[in-house]
Amino acid sequence: MTPVPTARKIDTGKQRQARIVGGLLIALAVLVLFVFAPDAPGAATFRLSRPTDPWVVPNLVIPAGPFTYAIAALLAFLGVRQFLRGGVRWTSISLGFGLALLVAAFLVWATTGKAFSLTGMLQATVVRAVPIALGGLAGVLSERVAVVNIAIEGMLLAGAFAGALAGSVLGGVGGLFAAVAIGGLFGFILAALVVTYRMDQIIAGVVINLFVLGLTSYVSSQVFQEYRHLNNAPVFRSIKIPLLGDIPVIGPVFFNQNLFVYGAVIMVLVATYYLFYTRTGLRARAVGEHPKAADTLGINVYRVRYINVTLAGMVAGFGGAWFTLGSVGRFDEGMTGGRGYIGLAAMIFGRWHPVGALMAALVFGFADSLQQKLALLQTPIPSEFLAMAPYIATIIVVAGLIGRARAPAADGEAYVKE
Amino acid sequence: MTNETTDRVVKAKLIGRTDFEDMILVPVIAVVAALLLGALTMLLTNVDLATIVRSYVALAVGSFGSLNALSETLTAATPLVLAGLGLALGFRAGLFNIGAEGQILMGGMAAVIFGFSFAGLPSAILLPLSLLAGVLGGALYASIAGWLRATTGAHEVILTIMLNSIAYRLVDFMLSMPAIQKAGRADPISKPVPEAAELPRLLTWIDPNLRVHAGVFLMLAAVIVVYWVLFKSKLGFEFRASGKNPEAARFAGMRSGLIIVSAMAAAGGLAGLAGANQVLGVLGRATPGFSAGIGFTAISVALLGRSHPVGVLIAGLLFGALEAGGRQMQVDAGVSIDLISIIQALIIVFIAAPLLVRAIFPWGFRKAAGSRE
Repeated sequence: MTPVPTARKIDTGKQRQARIVGGLLIALAVLVLFVFAPDAPGAATFRLSRPTDPWVVPNLVIPAGPFTYAIAALLAFLGVRQFLRGGVRWTSISLGFGLALLVAAFLVWATTGKAFSLTGMLQATVVRAVPIALGGLAGVLSERVAVVNIAIEGMLLAGAFAGALAGSVLGGVGGLFAAVAIGGLFGFILAALVVTYRMDQIIAGVVINLFVLGLTSYVSSQVFQEYRHLNNAPVFRSIKIPLLGDIPVIGPVFFNQNLFVYGAVIMVLVATYYLFYTRTGLRARAVGEHPKAADTLGINVYRVRYINVTLAGMVAGFGGAWFTLGSVGRFDEGMTGGRGYIGLAAMIFGRWHPVGALMAALVFGFADSLQQKLALLQTPIPSEFLAMAPYIATIIVVAGLIGRARAPAADGEAYVKE
Repeated sequence: MTNETTDRVVKAKLIGRTDFEDMILVPVIAVVAALLLGALTMLLTNVDLATIVRSYVALAVGSFGSLNALSETLTAATPLVLAGLGLALGFRAGLFNIGAEGQILMGGMAAVIFGFSFAGLPSAILLPLSLLAGVLGGALYASIAGWLRATTGAHEVILTIMLNSIAYRLVDFMLSMPAIQKAGRADPISKPVPEAAELPRLLTWIDPNLRVHAGVFLMLAAVIVVYWVLFKSKLGFEFRASGKNPEAARFAGMRSGLIIVSAMAAAGGLAGLAGANQVLGVLGRATPGFSAGIGFTAISVALLGRSHPVGVLIAGLLFGALEAGGRQMQVDAGVSIDLISIIQALIIVFIAAPLLVRAIFPWGFRKAAGSRE
């Protein structure tokens, strides 16, 4: 008696979700048709390469009218598909594809009659995604061992600060090491507060953020104002990977970036391997899911938490150095500007998986760079709403309105050894 | 972050233990230790000893040393206490609301917009209604998080962090709307609050520069009301019961969803009142990010006050004094006011980790106190 209704209940839940997505896609089709289509007689020009590139690719010219109608038709098709038999299986794919189509329609609409560099925007997307991805990765590393890391923001800020200070004295590489070390130090402090002193994890995170903000602002106004040479660090230049860097569009976007971009990708890959393909990673995840069971099996829960949270701090410290050593070379008060919280959002959006966090960071980086471009293109849509997009997307994900993200089972719990 | 654990942790760490050590000894040690570490920070950043002494003297004089100092302390403390009371209410109900910052922004915007929209009304009507608009603005904004928490189980910490970031952008956007932006200005700034909607300054008959305003009475009234609600009313009992043990509260017939939404709304209402207090009493208009971190400092105030209304009042006055004294310190001794944030953060570290205080300062505590959960 019982299993049948349960199964059906789950099914209807999924079907309901499929129908919600279907309705949403059809609504988007209508939106595209009526908002974007009417004033679309011209064509949008996307520049794909600069004239100085070795292989010059012609500009991508898209006639706005037909393109918009095609997108609307595709969206409507995807929407209707959701209501038909087997629509459930396509829910997430349709949704992702549909949103991508919407963005394309929006871009064409916004650029109609104008021209802008698509490659440039994608390049900016990758650059802006770096601190978010590293923040998200730091979140993954610590939440996988069940330590909630609100302190990512503070760790990024500490990394940025240390990068600027040590970078000015010791040079770029020295600054980078200092940033990683300071990030690791704050990771260690967080671990000590929550593991050894059993402070509430959220309070500990909030306090570290406040402390780092206060300390860096204090030193910046107390010391940097007077000794300006201490806040003048060298910046890591882009490194072009031979051959790959010459490929049109993809080359400049992925293979002609600075150390931080490559570093972020490598760290995400290493972290994925570590968490999901090594014995230590399995142990770390066990600590996050069921610390008592892990303890029973002889895993030192406290040590695993210390190590992983410290590692997370080091990753965030590296990400923080991006703000100073990777872009402007000097530290300003509160310069991370909430990027750590977007990193937290990227972690949730990426479902506590390093690669997922990286992908989410790219989406958020895209929203960020699109927001910059919107101001140039002078569209009637206020850029503030685009800036809100990552946060709204995160609320939708954590609320489970579309899809459901599951945190590690013991996330946020202090573990007291018996 | 399951609900039970958060609630348990909140219960263990936030809801005051009644004994003397935790209520008095730990806070006092925390403040003293934080001030000492603040001095150490100054030493490390090349500030000489004489200046350190001078800066702490300035801190004391600037917070309590004169009528003007007292006025500044009260002005700075009022929004901290109001928002802190809201957060304390949430903590008692087992909700960790980090969203005071966003709720202050929304409440302040609502108060400003209401104020200049109905500028013709007499003060006796306009001022209370503007304050009410602030309360509603904050309450509605916080209810979003409460409602999502109650219906979907999404964690309120994440929700309120995200809502904070959304609120900043929303304020930026609203301040550039023609209906709100001050006429003839290109930068984001709202129309000014009409005089009839301003909270009257109290001591201008002594010295026109004294900024303390009628918000002080709001603060005291709020302390009494929150005390009454928490400890004398049925609703408050339900808040505390579901904060201590949500399961038991549910089995006793309390409607957990309703409690969550109303606790969040009450917390947001108080934060909104803090925002209204800022724009109607101090700033006179809204600008981007006018909340200025009050919402985050208020978390510290609620924690230091042990989520008790009277404790929040004392903690708010202390933090207000630090802010006011910090400004004096910056002027007199040339030490950056950011030192105050360091001291505040350190106080909370020691408050929220009693085990740490016991480990560093083992004197005065009973033996084996650290072994308690």
